Formats: sequence, structure tokens, C-alpha cells
Amino acid sequence: MDQISVLVEWSRAQFALTAMYHWIFVPLTLGMTYMIAFMETIYVRTGNEEWKRITKFWGKLFGINFAIGVATGIILEFEFGTNWSNYSWFVGDIFGAPLAIEGIMAFFLESTFIAIMFFGWNKVSKKFHLLSTWLVAIGASLSALWILVANAWMQFPTGTVFNPETARNEMIDFWSVLFSPVAVNKFLHTISNGFVVSALFITGVSAWFIIKKREVLFAKRSMLIATTFGLLSSVFLALTGDGSAYHVAQKQPMKLAAMEGLYNGQDGAGLIMIGVINPKKQVGDDRNDYIFKIEIPKMLSLLGYRNANAFVPGIDDLVYGNESKGLISAQEKIERGTVAMETLNQYRLAKQNGDSTTIAKLSVLFDRQTAEGQEFFENYFRYFGYSHLKKPEDIVPNVPLVFYSFHIMVALGFFFIIFFAIMLFFVLKNVVEKRKIWLLLAIWTFPLGFIASQAGWIVAEVGRQPWVIQDLMPVSMAVSQVSASAVQLTFILFAIIFTSLLIAEVSIMNKAIKNGPTEGGK
Amino acid sequence: MFETLSHLALQEYWWFIVSILGSFLVFLLFVQGGQSLLYSIGKEEPQISMMVNSLGRKWELTFTTLVTFGGAFFASFPLFYSTSFGGAYWLWMLILLTFILQAVSYEFRTKQGNVFGKKTFEWFLFLNGFIGTVSLGVAVATMFTGANFVHNSMNFTSWGNNWHGLEAFANPINLALGLAVFFLSRILAILYFNNTINDNLIRSRNQKQLVVNSILFLLFFLSFIISIWLIDGYAYDEVSGNIFTKPNKYFYNNIEHPLTGILFLCGVLFVLLGLFRSVTCYKTCGGKAIYPVGIGTFLTVLSLFCNLGYNNTVFYPSLISIQSGLTITKASSSHFTLTAMSYVSLLVPFVLAYIIIAWRSLNKKMIDADELNDDTHKY
Repeated sequence: MDQISVLVEWSRAQFALTAMYHWIFVPLTLGMTYMIAFMETIYVRTGNEEWKRITKFWGKLFGINFAIGVATGIILEFEFGTNWSNYSWFVGDIFGAPLAIEGIMAFFLESTFIAIMFFGWNKVSKKFHLLSTWLVAIGASLSALWILVANAWMQFPTGTVFNPETARNEMIDFWSVLFSPVAVNKFLHTISNGFVVSALFITGVSAWFIIKKREVLFAKRSMLIATTFGLLSSVFLALTGDGSAYHVAQKQPMKLAAMEGLYNGQDGAGLIMIGVINPKKQVGDDRNDYIFKIEIPKMLSLLGYRNANAFVPGIDDLVYGNESKGLISAQEKIERGTVAMETLNQYRLAKQNGDSTTIAKLSVLFDRQTAEGQEFFENYFRYFGYSHLKKPEDIVPNVPLVFYSFHIMVALGFFFIIFFAIMLFFVLKNVVEKRKIWLLLAIWTFPLGFIASQAGWIVAEVGRQPWVIQDLMPVSMAVSQVSASAVQLTFILFAIIFTSLLIAEVSIMNKAIKNGPTEGGK
Repeated sequence: MFETLSHLALQEYWWFIVSILGSFLVFLLFVQGGQSLLYSIGKEEPQISMMVNSLGRKWELTFTTLVTFGGAFFASFPLFYSTSFGGAYWLWMLILLTFILQAVSYEFRTKQGNVFGKKTFEWFLFLNGFIGTVSLGVAVATMFTGANFVHNSMNFTSWGNNWHGLEAFANPINLALGLAVFFLSRILAILYFNNTINDNLIRSRNQKQLVVNSILFLLFFLSFIISIWLIDGYAYDEVSGNIFTKPNKYFYNNIEHPLTGILFLCGVLFVLLGLFRSVTCYKTCGGKAIYPVGIGTFLTVLSLFCNLGYNNTVFYPSLISIQSGLTITKASSSHFTLTAMSYVSLLVPFVLAYIIIAWRSLNKKMIDADELNDDTHKY
């Protein structure tokens, strides 16, 4: 590997490490706040002190988890600058705005009212305290909204134009960025994922109390809230998951092909239920795609294009092109992107030299309001990012990783629906104490929530590779010019710190759970 | 409303918003200052816990302000964000690492099951209080003294050495501001403790610390101010955008751009008045001095940012490629983004209003040893 490749891989590893640790804690924060707010609402409405005790216990666990989520979150924001500085400049105009809005609109709301949520029990009125708890929940969701809008833009860049004067992308339509279908779906899918993970956590901990025959009333009440919340959220998660796959099919066909391990495109393509992809399979060769597979016929075409007979392009079609389906090859895109890059360089050189004839001739090509400009964009400039790729095969992400992550996520997602439905049934029938196996399963299902959640992010982020912004900027162009050894060192530092803090958090959380709600409320 | 403003007016407006956030951040660094005083004022229990619990209700506000300050810079002046963070890699990593440690320390410190022990987290708080404040001061000082970056034709950044920002500590002017910020944060913390903690032992120790830290702060702050007034500053030509050095630029900015000078004078007067009153009538004024010193800190830092951003000043000079230096016109986002962001900035007064309401409701009663024994959440 050359120096740049080593730097890119370590920078990606560092960002992935931070993001994955961050995403251990954030789903719990996102969902628990709402469940705690519901519990406190019941307390304020009924005046029943038991609900206050329940609220305070889960609030304490929420607090332990919240701090470490904040710690990992700050690093993520600044890593855009420290490790992806070229990216920060190239698209800061669009990407920075949601981050700033997140700070002003969401972080202050969360950080201000969380102090009242924790310390205000004896200092403010019941209603003000309840309002604060709800505002923390809303603040957490708003925070998720803005960062996911930013992430969605990386998957589907919209509401932006390229400015040749500054050689960067600039926002022209804020609402298009905020309400892009990818952003809306991503927000709903991700936040419902947080709700599911939180519901699994509360269900699992409550199950532990029931098994231990401690605080049974508390545990059953908590479980009732969590399983109801979990069932609704997991159904919603599946629906938004369908929406996500649909948008991936429309906007990121290579990601969809990797998710399904589909090398050769098909009309009426089936959806793999279970499969093992051939580890020896390479792009463009004749080996079988799978060692073994069970598929639902035509389902991939139906889900991806809402048409059971639609053509789903495979990896080979996207790399080498498929004339009959109107797909141009990656090589062609690289060449067209190179033309776009050379045109830009000529324009900037002309600007530097004050060559008004060349400026006048070329500036029209960058103006999409003109017919020439629109044509240049459609045929050349939309492939600008490809000019940085070395070979056509570079557009293929890590297929096995994306494929298995996707299928694990989907399988677990459906399992959660069944699990919550059955647990809720037991709780409503008041027989949950007698279902020991299900209670044990509830404890062990909690970690599965994290696995599904992390797998989802792997699909989203690894599936987008080699792009940091789909089709516009590859990761190799986005990375900061620091030495690979510096990034290796900070990677190791972060790994040690995050792992140590995770150990501390798990230990503290375990102790707080063992102490139970009486002590937890104090 | 904002659409009618020129691009330059929006750039100036956003520089002011970023400056306000930066100034608010420096005031809120009293949390870090307080952390650095845990063993010199707290020394034993329950005093240390009273201090931690007093600061613990505000740490997230400082943290959030830092994040928003970064986010606002990213959105409004992305070229600075990419240049400074991507270039001065180690300097920013040092700051970030200490803030990670801080974020968990309040919550984990006294919890049962804390595998690393209480002292570890108290040391984490100290490290953040010391290294975090000094490094932030050094990072801001480089906006006056310059940094070792160069841009290519795409405005992508390269750094001139392998120290990636750590070399800034070798510049005495940078270090002076770093230490001034550190001692100022301790002064603010002492005054904050006087305002929020009802404990005679802490109050008496605060008095001694206030004098020592005030002297050291004034020493380093004056060294920094005099130095930057005397050095050649970086200016740019409004029409061509060409950057050049100008003797005593940062001094003359106070005169040529009166807002900067007035803010500076008012800020320094408030700080000095607050310090003077808190030292000379400690028993009766000590609890209230946080207000004039806090306001003074805010205004002084605001004036320093105004000094950098306005009057055709380069706010992030390059030491190795003078024309790579950053100005608000060169580093900013597009007109559209600044306009959209300006509408969002209208939320700032509402944010301030609810922060004040929440702050007042939590600070109605001072913290004392008894409060640590009741059934509220505590650190």
C-alpha cells in the first residue's frame, strides 16, 4: 500500500472506532429519555411515588450512559476537521450547517435541562421537572436529526452546486438538504433503532429483577412500558428499513448490489434470505456469487424498485457497464470525470492569469442555468469525483462485510418484533414471572440490539465506499495531510481510552442495577 | 431579512456570532479552572465533593459551548476549520483528549463499581482543567502569531513541520495567553464557588487563591497584550486580497475599529473592578464578584476576536506562505449558507433565556454539606 492508502485506512479506522463506540451509548440515550419521560408523566399525573422511584432508577442508568456518549460525540465532530480536513473545506458549506444547528438547537437544550433532570427534583416544581425531562428527550432527538441530515447528504448529495471560483460545493437549497427523502428516512430509521435498543435494555434489566424475585412490581411496570415501546418501535423500524433499502436502490445501486452480494444484474431479482457468498469471487470473474443461498424470488426488484420485474444492476454491471440497460462503465466515468477536472484546472489557471477569453468560454460550462452548462454537468461534471479513482474496480466496497452486516441486521430486526410481541403478551397476561426461558432470553437479547445497530452503520458507511460523499469525493481525496503514524498513535490512544471507559461504564452500570431502584433512587 | 445583506456583512455578522460563542466559552472555562483547584482549595472531603457537585451542574454547558463554537466555525468559516484542525492535529487532539476524560469524570467519580477509583477521575478533571485551558489559549493565540500551514490551489492544507501544532507551545506569546486563560479560569472558578457553595473552609481558602491567581493572571495577560500590540500584525488589501505585514496592527485595530477598543476597555475595567472589589471587601462582595469579572471576561475576549476579524485583519496568518493566511472573506461559507445560518442564529437569545432560567432555578440555594446527604443525584 502507498503512503496515502495507509493514511486513508488508518483515518477511516479511527473514525469508525469513534463512531462505533459512540453508537454503543447513543441509542440508549435516544430511547431511554422518552421512556423515562413517559414514566415521569405517569408519576406526575397519578402522584404514585412508585413511578417516581422507577423514573429515578432508569434516570440514574441514563445518566451513567449519557456522559460517555457525550465524550465520544465531541471527538466525532472534531475528527471531521482533524482527519478529514479536505472534506471539511470541500463541503463545509453544506455539512457544517447541520452541525452548527445541532449545537445551537439541540445540544444546549439537552445540556441545560439535563442538569434540572438530575439535580432539580427538590429544587423545581414537579411540572417544571417533567418539562425538563421531555425537553432532554426532544433535544436528544433533534441532535440526532441534524447529524443524520448531514450523514444523509453524504449518501445523497442534494441542494448543492459546484462553485468553480472556490473549487468547492455550496448549498443552494437548505430545505432540499433537510427534507431529502434519504434524510427523512435515515432519521426515522436510526431513531427507531435507538428506541428498540433502549427497550431491549429496559426489558432485559427488568427480566433480571424478575428472575431474582426482586422489585417485581417495579420490573413488571418497567417491562410493560419497554415492551410496548419496543414493539411499536421495532415495527416502525422494519417499515423505515424498507424505505432505506428503496432509497439505496435509487441513489446508491452499488451499495444495494453489495448488500445482496449481487454481481450480475437481473430482471426480477430475488432477495437473499440466507446465504454464504463465495469468498473467492472477484469482480468480473465467472465464479458463482454464492456457495449457498435461499432467496425469495423477485423480492429484491419489488423492494428496490416497487416492480417485481425491474432490473437490479449487479456489481459487474456497475463496474463494466451494461449497454442494454443504459449503464455506463466506471472507466467511462473516470474518463469523463478527468475531463471535468481538467476543465476546472484550465478555468482556474485562466482566472489566475486574467485570461478573460478562456474564462468567458469555460465559465458557461459551470453554470447549470445554461443549456451548455447543464449538458456539461450531465455528461462530465457529475463524474468529477471519479477523476480521483485509479481503476474501475475501486468503486466496489467490501462486499462480504456489507452483505453479512445487512443480513444480520435484517434477521435481528424481525426477531425483535416477535420477541417484543411475545414479551408484551406475557406481561399483559401477567404470566411473565413464569416464563423463565423467555426472561433469560430477554437478558441475552439486549446485546443483540447493539449487534444489529452496529451492523446497520456498517452497511451505511462501508457500503458507500470508496466515497465520502457519494460520487463527488472519494475518501482518498478527503483525508487530512498528516502522517499515517500520527493517526496510528491517536487510534491507539482512543482505543485504550474508549475501551477503559467502556469497562468503567459497564462495571458502574452493573453495580447500579444490582443495587436496584431503592438505592437507585437515592 | 438576511438575504438583503451583502456577503461581507454576513461574514462580519458570523464572525461576531462565533466571537460571542468563543467569549462565552472562555467565561464558562471556570468549570475547568475549578477542576484544577480541587486539591488546592478542596483538599479533603466533603469540600472536594461540594466543589465537584457545584461544577458538575455546569460542565455540560461548557462542553456544549465548545462543540457549538466548533460547529459554528465549521459552518461559517470552513477553511479555518479545515486548516487549523487538519493542520494543528496534535494541538487539537491534546485538547480533545482532555475533554473526553472530563466528560465521564463527573458521572463516574463516586459511583459504586468505578473500577479506576475516585482519585483517577479527580486527576482526569485536573488534567482537563490545566491542559485543556492552556492549550485552548495557545490555539487562540496562534490566530495572532500565525501557524505553519500552506494551501494548494484547491485550498487543501499542508503543515510545514511534523509537530502539527505542538510547536505553538514554543512561542512565548502563545504560552502567555495559554497561561492567562488558565489563571483566569481559576479566578472565575473561585468567584463561582463563593457564589454557589456555603462553606467557610472553602471561602477562606478561596481568598488566598484569589490573590495569587489574580497576580499571575495579570502578569501573563499583560505580557500577551503588550506583545501582540508590539509585533507586526497581518493585514490584507480589501481590493486585491493580498496579505502583508503591518507594524502594531493589533494595537491600531483598537483605534481604527472603535468597537474593538471600546469592548476591550470596558472588559478590562470590569475585570479589574471585580477583582479589586472581591479582594478588598471579600466577605461582602466575594459572592457577587463573578458578575463583573464574568462580564469583563466576556467583553475582553470578544474584543480580541473582533481585533482579529475586522479592519482588514488576517485572523489566521500563515508563517510559511503569507498569502495562505485566512481572512473572513476568504475563509467563509457561501452567501446562501451564511444567510440560512443567520436565521438559525435568531434562536440564540431564546437559548440564552432558558439557560438563565435553568441556571437560576438550580442555584437558588447554595450547595452545602447537608445537600450532599439528601436523596438528589450527586457526583
